[in-house]
Amino acid sequence: MSQAASYKWERFTFSERLARFAVFLGFAIALSLSMRSVQIIPEFLYDAPTQVADLFKRMWPMDFAYYPEGIHHAMMETLHIATLGTLLAIVMAIPIGVLGANNIVHFPLLNWFSKLILVSSRSVNSLVWALLFVAVFGPGPLAGTVCIGFRSIGFVGKLFAEALEEVDPGPIEALTASGAPWFSIFLKGYWPQAAPAFWGVFLFRWDINVRESAVIGLVGAGGIGMVLDTALNLFFWNRVSVILLSIFVVVILAELLVTAIRKRII
Amino acid sequence: MTADTAKNFGPAFKTNWWARAGWLAGFLYAAYAANYLDVSWARFLQGLGNGAAFLAEMVPPNFSRWELLAANLIETVEIAIIASAFGILFSLPVGLLAARNLMPSWITWPFRAFIALCRSFHPVIFAILFVKAVGFGPLAGILTLIFASIGFIGKLFTEAIEEISLKPLEALRAAGAPFMSVIIYAVLPQVLNRFIGFSSYQLDANLRNSTMVGIVGAGGIGGTLFAAFQRFDYDFLAAILISIIALVMLSEFISTRIKRVFQ
Amino acid sequence: MTVDAQSDGSAPPQRSICIENLSKEYVRGKPILKNISFTVQGQSSVAIIGPSGTGKSTLIRCVNKLIPPTSGNVYISGENITHLTGRDLRMARRKIGMVFQEFNLVERLSVMENVLCGRLGYVPSWRAWLRKYPQNDIDNAFALLESIGLLEFARQRADSLSGGQRQRVGIARAIMQEPHVLLADEPTSSLDPKTSVEIMELLVSLSGEHDIPLLINIHDVELARRFTVRVIGLSKGGIIYDGPPSELTNDHLKQIYGGENWLQ
Ligand SMILES: Nc1ncnc2c1ncn2[C@@H]1O[C@H](COP(=O)(O)OP(=O)(O)OP(=O)(O)O)[C@@H](O)[C@H]1O
Ligand SMILES: [Mg+2]
Repeated sequence: MSQAASYKWERFTFSERLARFAVFLGFAIALSLSMRSVQIIPEFLYDAPTQVADLFKRMWPMDFAYYPEGIHHAMMETLHIATLGTLLAIVMAIPIGVLGANNIVHFPLLNWFSKLILVSSRSVNSLVWALLFVAVFGPGPLAGTVCIGFRSIGFVGKLFAEALEEVDPGPIEALTASGAPWFSIFLKGYWPQAAPAFWGVFLFRWDINVRESAVIGLVGAGGIGMVLDTALNLFFWNRVSVILLSIFVVVILAELLVTAIRKRII
Repeated sequence: MTADTAKNFGPAFKTNWWARAGWLAGFLYAAYAANYLDVSWARFLQGLGNGAAFLAEMVPPNFSRWELLAANLIETVEIAIIASAFGILFSLPVGLLAARNLMPSWITWPFRAFIALCRSFHPVIFAILFVKAVGFGPLAGILTLIFASIGFIGKLFTEAIEEISLKPLEALRAAGAPFMSVIIYAVLPQVLNRFIGFSSYQLDANLRNSTMVGIVGAGGIGGTLFAAFQRFDYDFLAAILISIIALVMLSEFISTRIKRVFQ
Repeated sequence: MTVDAQSDGSAPPQRSICIENLSKEYVRGKPILKNISFTVQGQSSVAIIGPSGTGKSTLIRCVNKLIPPTSGNVYISGENITHLTGRDLRMARRKIGMVFQEFNLVERLSVMENVLCGRLGYVPSWRAWLRKYPQNDIDNAFALLESIGLLEFARQRADSLSGGQRQRVGIARAIMQEPHVLLADEPTSSLDPKTSVEIMELLVSLSGEHDIPLLINIHDVELARRFTVRVIGLSKGGIIYDGPPSELTNDHLKQIYGGENWLQ
């Protein structure tokens, strides 16, 4: 009996190993092809240490006086873009997430449509979205907010749909059996169970959005990124260093805040 | 419900004043922030008008420069693959050295700081700095994504290591095994699957990001995209976007297949 | 400083554990073990019994310095290991086999790899990584697996085994070290009564066969009586009884465990 069991287990690992080997081999081939054909000028790499040293030399001393006059307002703008964008994502993601949950909406076409929106929002990078929305709304925080919102729908909606699909059907059946209208089924049946996961997702995304909204300004979508872009174009490296430091501080603070809140929620 | 039970248990659904206050605060905040950002409904509607015009210019997508497009896509994929390979390679030791249950704090501390640094800047910021350091081209993009990979895989890998069972480690230490053997035999078997999972996810993420680093000159399709955008070449822009989405979806498809191999 | 084991003046002690005035405090001023001294040598199996929380595990872990003792000395075959660190400690630990209550196997590795883990102290890391063990080790491992009846499981993953089988693998791993002494911390506590007996039989027979003195922490007094030639009763950090199981009376047990209702 144990013989048979061991034999079976062996065969399983054999095919598993074969598949793994194929994956590694494929990756190795792709890597060697890439290494051969990618256009890298080695001289630039040798020169890098001097360039980096030069960069740091120009960044020092930091122009802290620039913070109150040039950075603070833009930094607040960045935070507002992140927060408002996340709220916007939720407002849009709730209906889309609900449409995507096949245990709430029973039309496959609608499920599929919602998944299409979710995927396209995720698979295009936020900077690219920012470019598009700058083209639509013109440069400024409006484009940034809509960009952050749109870019987050995929993430928020997907996780929200998953949370809804994991909801225990017991209470919902009870509510349905008692003839409650669908809105109160959602409010009293789904929402209480999915809410903690949902707020967790919101915080998680907000954290990411703080990072993203700090850079979308590079293509004109408002916030600290625009200030960074100006400083870079004018070679004001001692301002660049202050901007980078303040982004770093804000990002770390945001992360600490999120972990603190999550600890209290869970 | 009788008055009696109401008295004893209160109303069945207690009005949650905190939740209501929270929603109200949310609305007030949204109004304030919208005002701060000068975001208004009028501007939004005006934008929608522009958007329609913009979309109209995008169709039909112009694939006539497909050779340039293909070359760019290939460079994008190359950047992602090379960066993933080195990023994965480096994040293995970095993750091990940052794990607090294996290493003394004087070793973990600098590595944790390094991981935090890699994570807290958006890749595009690294891309800008690397473009200054090594010039325009794919090398800057590769270096950027290597750092991003170390930040992501390093953090999750460290957390995975910190969750392992220490019992086999104890047994191997008691048998007099050298440190490296303990790592190879008692730590890696417990975390290798998760490491592979993080790595395959990062391969995906690197591909997405390698479409973007070109915007600041770090190689790949992003540069062409940005140029098309600046030249109002919107039908070519549409073609680029479609190919990016197709590429990302293809890679997602492949990576779910790969994930199935690693269960 | 001479070792008790040498008191008969004959050849230096082969294969012995000698514990001398061993004390351990986790919290300053609250000793868990107070001045423990005893010697185990030659072909003998010794059980340590005592109520939960007296420090049996602490004692056995002090022997291979998994827990550093606060004071006192531990000699393995005459070598004082108490102050060893780093590489020297590793070399000394190779001489001390250990069997754990929860087996402490690497679940995701095969049975064979787990058994060969016992050789890790002898094999350089790079060879261990490439699984290039000396042929001799591999032959020994197969022979050992055969003798404990697990030959057909050699290539199977450790987490596919039953508790008793896992403990056998744990024992085989310890024997692979070619240890001078064998420690076992409640090796049967996670097992059913029948398997417990089998594991005890295996431990005692292997210790006899390979001439390794055996020190076992055990909760089950009956098992201790049946399989060991000497019982050390520990209570409140001190040795209360040290002698053959035949002389261990209910009075002793009362003294060790306290109370008497449980004796019926
Ligand atoms: N790492 C530690 N730090 C502080 N105190 C500890 C530590 N490990 C054990 N102790 C304490 O030392 C005492 C002895 O523990 P030990 O595990 O040696 O007991 P034991 O005799 O093996 O008990 P059991 O039969 O339940 O396994 C206990 O009171 C325990 O609380
Ligand atoms: Mg114990």
